[in-house]
Amino acid sequence: MTMNTALGFFLAFLASLAQAETVPPDVLVKMITDDVAAAIRKDADIRAGDTRKAADLIEAKIVPHFNFTRMARIAMARNWRSATPEQQKEIAAQFKTLLIRTYSTALTNYRDQEIDYKPLRSKPDDTEVTVKSDVKPTGATQPVSIDYELEKTDNGWKIYDVKVDGVSLVTTYRDTFATEVREHGIDGLIKALAAKNREPLSPKAGKS
Amino acid sequence: MEVKRLCAALLLSGTVAGCATSGGNPADPLERINRPIFAFNDATDRWLFTPVAKGYRFVLPGFVRTGISNFFSNLDDVWVSVNDVLQGKFQGGLEDFTRVIFNTTFGIGGLFDFASPVGLAKHNEDFGQTLGAWGVASGPYVVIPFLGPSTFRDGFGLIFDYNADLVYWATDSVPVRNSLYATRALSNRAKLLDATSLLEQAALDRYAFVRDAWLQRRRNLVYDGNPPRERDDESDDEPTSK
Repeated sequence: MTMNTALGFFLAFLASLAQAETVPPDVLVKMITDDVAAAIRKDADIRAGDTRKAADLIEAKIVPHFNFTRMARIAMARNWRSATPEQQKEIAAQFKTLLIRTYSTALTNYRDQEIDYKPLRSKPDDTEVTVKSDVKPTGATQPVSIDYELEKTDNGWKIYDVKVDGVSLVTTYRDTFATEVREHGIDGLIKALAAKNREPLSPKAGKS
Repeated sequence: MEVKRLCAALLLSGTVAGCATSGGNPADPLERINRPIFAFNDATDRWLFTPVAKGYRFVLPGFVRTGISNFFSNLDDVWVSVNDVLQGKFQGGLEDFTRVIFNTTFGIGGLFDFASPVGLAKHNEDFGQTLGAWGVASGPYVVIPFLGPSTFRDGFGLIFDYNADLVYWATDSVPVRNSLYATRALSNRAKLLDATSLLEQAALDRYAFVRDAWLQRRRNLVYDGNPPRERDDESDDEPTSK
């Protein structure tokens, strides 16, 4: 326990150190995924389906590297501008919760996977880059591509979209959001998101 | 044969009902027809296919399931390599064909996948993608009963996929062939069990979520993982000042 805590502090220290000089986007992505994979490997509860612990892990290690406001803005498309700043804040917060809840279930299903990062194609002064990777679950014949879209901010690189086999975590919500706003207004969308987030998390697939 | 008739009927019903638009995604003018079919597929999946797939996963050990999956994947690789060539991707065609030779011989009829570890990764190709590569637009989104999401183009492609399917040609015995179809479907469904639980969590509206994810994925496949950025991607999300 103390050993782990000490190690945790050390890693956090390293991370903050690296943060100061802006970690390159590809290094950052690799750092996050390695870090999360290591944490799951160590945590039998998460592997057994403890979604609450998985959510805590996401909150601690993944959330700080995402820009949820931009994600909400992309998902909202043209409706973003018709929302008040309070509504925008609320949408971003609810969207964040939805994504964390979704992926906390997914994390409990994570097993060791081979990740192959493609060489980063970008110019030094780029402020938007895509980090591409191929993930191969053990036993699978076909790798799944996972691409991270990052933007440069004053606080280092932030991820604002993840595409799994070309399917965007963010734009997949566009039509749903647009329909909800058209039919029930922006507050209706916020209500729908909040209701979704209040549903109990379903137990891990295959167990009950 | 059934699939063929089904597709023809769908294409026909599609054109007839083409004017029945309803809100949502412009790629989905047939939403009114698609939604009930989706609901039907969803219910069938929930109460029939998912439990059976869970049973399959529970009963068979992992290596047996992998063997079964590899076997069908190897048969599929023949048609994959044909589609590579049809799209002018000769390198890919050669790779996929080499996979078949390798896995059929050393992999004992395809039960083992020896090609992937030596760097011959499987590609994902079918006739719908070939049509896409030739410049055929996907057309309206359709949900096919039992089979799920598709488009006019990809549904039409399925007719070719179905006829080129080695399982179709493997035997004259209808019961044997149908058992092979069923096993393959089960094997594919079992692999997706974790994905469905994710979907449950992620979607506000399962229909729209599945549709939009599916359309994005097909587009990605047609462009082999490097689709051009849609203008739509960025135009609407930025404040005008930026």
